[in-house]
Amino acid sequence: MKILVPVKRVLDYNVKVRVKSDQSGVDLANVKMSMNPFDEIAVEEATRLKEKGVATEIVAVSIGPAQAKDTIITALTIGADRGILIQTDQDVEPLAVAKLLKAVAETEKPDLIIMGKQAIDGDNNATGQMLSTLLDWPQATFASKVVVENGEAQVTREVDGGLQTLGVKLPAVITTDLRLNEPRYASLPNIMKAKKKPLETKTVADYGVDVTPRLKVLKVTEPPKRSAGKKLADAAELVANLKSAGVL
Amino acid sequence: MAYVAPVRDYQFLFENVFKTDQYSNLKGFADADAGTVAAILEEAAKFAEEVVHPINITGDKEGCTLDPITHEVTAPKGYKEAYKALTEAGWTALSGDPQYGGQGLPHFVNTAFSEMLSGASSAFGMYPGLTEGAISALTAGGTQAQKDLYLPKLISGEWSGTMNLTEPHCGTDLGLLRTKAVPNGDGSYKITGQKIWISAGEHDFTSNICHLVLARLEGAPAGVKGISLFLVPKFIPDADGNPGERNSLQCAGLEHKMGIHGNSTCVMMYDEAKGFLLGAENEGLKIMFYMMNNARFGVGLQGLAIGHAALVAANQFAKDRLQGRALTGPKSPELPADSILVHPDVRRMLLESRALIEGGRAFLAWVSLQADLAHVSEDEKEREKASDYMGLLTPVIKAYLTDKGLKVTQDAMQVHGGSGFTEHFPASQYMRDVRITLIYEGTNGVQALDLVGRKLPSKGGRALQTFLGEIDSYIAAEEADTKVPAYIKALKDTKAKLFDGTMWLMQNGMGNPDAAAAGSLDYLHLFGLTCTAYMWARMAKEAQAQIDAGATDPFFDTKLKIGRVFLERILPDAEAHLIKMKAGSDGLMALTDDQF
Ligand SMILES: Cc1cc2nc3c(=O)[nH]c(=O)nc-3n(C[C@H](O)[C@H](O)[C@H](O)COP(=O)(O)OP(=O)(O)OC[C@H]3O[C@@H](n4cnc5c(N)ncnc54)[C@H](O)[C@@H]3O)c2cc1C
Ligand SMILES: Cc1cc2nc3c(=O)[nH]c(=O)nc-3n(C[C@H](O)[C@H](O)[C@H](O)COP(=O)(O)OP(=O)(O)OC[C@H]3O[C@@H](n4cnc5c(N)ncnc54)[C@H](O)[C@@H]3O)c2cc1C
Repeated sequence: MKILVPVKRVLDYNVKVRVKSDQSGVDLANVKMSMNPFDEIAVEEATRLKEKGVATEIVAVSIGPAQAKDTIITALTIGADRGILIQTDQDVEPLAVAKLLKAVAETEKPDLIIMGKQAIDGDNNATGQMLSTLLDWPQATFASKVVVENGEAQVTREVDGGLQTLGVKLPAVITTDLRLNEPRYASLPNIMKAKKKPLETKTVADYGVDVTPRLKVLKVTEPPKRSAGKKLADAAELVANLKSAGVL
Repeated sequence: MAYVAPVRDYQFLFENVFKTDQYSNLKGFADADAGTVAAILEEAAKFAEEVVHPINITGDKEGCTLDPITHEVTAPKGYKEAYKALTEAGWTALSGDPQYGGQGLPHFVNTAFSEMLSGASSAFGMYPGLTEGAISALTAGGTQAQKDLYLPKLISGEWSGTMNLTEPHCGTDLGLLRTKAVPNGDGSYKITGQKIWISAGEHDFTSNICHLVLARLEGAPAGVKGISLFLVPKFIPDADGNPGERNSLQCAGLEHKMGIHGNSTCVMMYDEAKGFLLGAENEGLKIMFYMMNNARFGVGLQGLAIGHAALVAANQFAKDRLQGRALTGPKSPELPADSILVHPDVRRMLLESRALIEGGRAFLAWVSLQADLAHVSEDEKEREKASDYMGLLTPVIKAYLTDKGLKVTQDAMQVHGGSGFTEHFPASQYMRDVRITLIYEGTNGVQALDLVGRKLPSKGGRALQTFLGEIDSYIAAEEADTKVPAYIKALKDTKAKLFDGTMWLMQNGMGNPDAAAAGSLDYLHLFGLTCTAYMWARMAKEAQAQIDAGATDPFFDTKLKIGRVFLERILPDAEAHLIKMKAGSDGLMALTDDQF
């Protein structure tokens, strides 16, 4: 069984996000970039399926600038077998990413695509759903547990009311939630092996996908500063306040 | 106040300053290209910050415990698991010989990893650190059979190692050593005696512990000429090399101490324990010196590593602590007070510390590169030079970096104000942990004597001449069109002082050894300042070159600002050290014992 894992290079989760002074977007100059944490969970899950003997090959694919190669190497270090970088310096929107991944899926023919439910930069939470629709494959999003058996994936999902378990026929798209697993720490031998694994570089044109942006960013601003709180005398005053705010 | 590993600094040193890719033809270096080293630094940092650092404070509070009946020692909670993670991830094998299962990467990479490990938890880092020392002694003095049996298990971390020199009456002066060795007739020996303060002497996370023990054979010459080295395993390996019969040795007590509580400091009793000779009879010190040199480098590294960790905490504290107003007018009028970063005195402490740490780190990385070149350079002259440098500079690394590590840690505590004195902040633990680095592995005073009495005169002063020659050529090559003239001038001045001090020693120390000894630590500091001035000149050159080439990464601008603090506020100490050493010993020796 082959698993495809898309991985994205994003602002490191420890970095304090700063907005560019012209409000055109987030300032990415000279800040640390890492693999999207949800994608790391996806690679880890695929690797565990391979270690259990369920999967036989893991292909990591990234769409982004030349440095996204480092992100693929991180995936190869965790356990992916080979990587594909679709190199572009353009900002690629979720729909275009989904179209590119669909094209990759058509050539690679994976049995399963495991991907992050969202990337921590745009927080769109859209690509997995779009990809499954474009491929016309079943989807199971926000996975907190995955069991693959007899051509089917049993996926436990985190939903508002609690946990829901779906059975999806393969091939399928699964998107990961935070509690699915805890990614391992890289081992030194695996770091050394990673750079010897195959890594292909492609262009957007190779897949014939139009990635022209369809959305227009008007402006990006910092969230408003939290204003100071109010100290209340007692519970009665709290209730009164909640009532006047229309909460109660 | 979390630990943050110096990833970017090492990247800069390896890639821009020392350009380690130029050595890619050398054994082990091909695998250590800039890209791979960058990946290793990132993952090492993650391991140190997330797996090791969390057990640092808890380990300090809990300490080690000795079971009075079984004599087994339990390390603090979490140590065993962290050690397992460390070995499973293959970190202990980083620079190990591939013939014995090591990864075979150069020492300079291991140095970066070790600083991160030690900075995240110095007490924890000592366990694998001592094993590394044991590996170097076995590599130098073991028979092929001993290497085949022990090295793979030590390199993988499955077994650990210790170093047993000290006895109750015998610390600095190893000639007083009494532990006795008697041949069994089958090639092995019976070892009997008491060793004290043996770091990592007993613990619960490896299936065997290999003690390297200095002892005296019956009838051996008195003093240091009659000392032999033995490998005394806790469990005697059976025919298959697995831990077999329990040897008759045990931990009789744990020391209560000021710091490094997570490391077990053991009284070790050997009662006719079975030991195996390493190297020739009566020549044990020669081999033990491989372990001691490795450990001295490691202790210098530890001083720097703790200093860095303390500085990280102080920087974070200073940014958050609001107290007082900037003298030039409020910086944050909307807040009740400005952050203490506005005060020049707070900046003095933080930035002098940073200048010491970053210069010291470059010095450490440069010397670790010499350790590689001494082994794998294809040019015999370069191997000789690198090996001379290792001899000459090891005492400087040990004493200079630990003295400065203490200064930095102390300033980090001062920045914390009263909070630093309480146990709610990490500053006090760093203060307690760093203090031992000036003492063990030969006190800093003894390092200075080693530098002046042994390393300078060795081989007719060849090492020192080569070193001073390298600095002269560097100045000559750069002087005409350097973009960082202040650094070249400072290097020239400091080197001249070192030369002056050396001449003074030659003229005054030969006839009066007390005079040489009295000034030896000042001379060592002058030496350390010259080395770090050389490092700062090289760092400033590369940072300036990056800026001139249009780099926008603020790292380079910051580097030059820190370098300026080094030139203005650290380097002037050179003058005082020179004046003090030239005062000689008369003033110190003038008092009679009764006057103390
Ligand atoms: C926590 C801890 C862990 C240790 N771990 C180990 C270990 O793993 N293995 C091991 O073998 N030992 C270990 N030691 C011992 C350590 O190496 C010694 O404490 C150290 O070498 C100093 O020896 P000493 O304590 O006997 O001091 P002393 O030798 O008594 O020195 C006392 C003072 O006199 C000075 N002095 C002594 N002789 C001279 C001289 N000739 N010239 C000038 N000054 C001199 C010293 O500089 C020092 O200031 C450890 C010690 C501690 C505290
Ligand atoms: C064990 C202990 C006992 C104590 N006992 C008493 C007691 O009995 N009674 C009592 O009232 N207090 C007591 N204190 C409090 C003690 O006096 C304060 O901790 C001390 O004055 C420093 O203040 P701080 O801790 O708030 O540090 P901060 O004022 O926050 O200082 C932090 C750092 O910033 C620097 N700094 C702050 N302001 C400036 C400035 N304007 N210019 C330049 N640098 C500045 C400081 O030098 C320091 O390095 C005690 C503290 C301890 C730890």
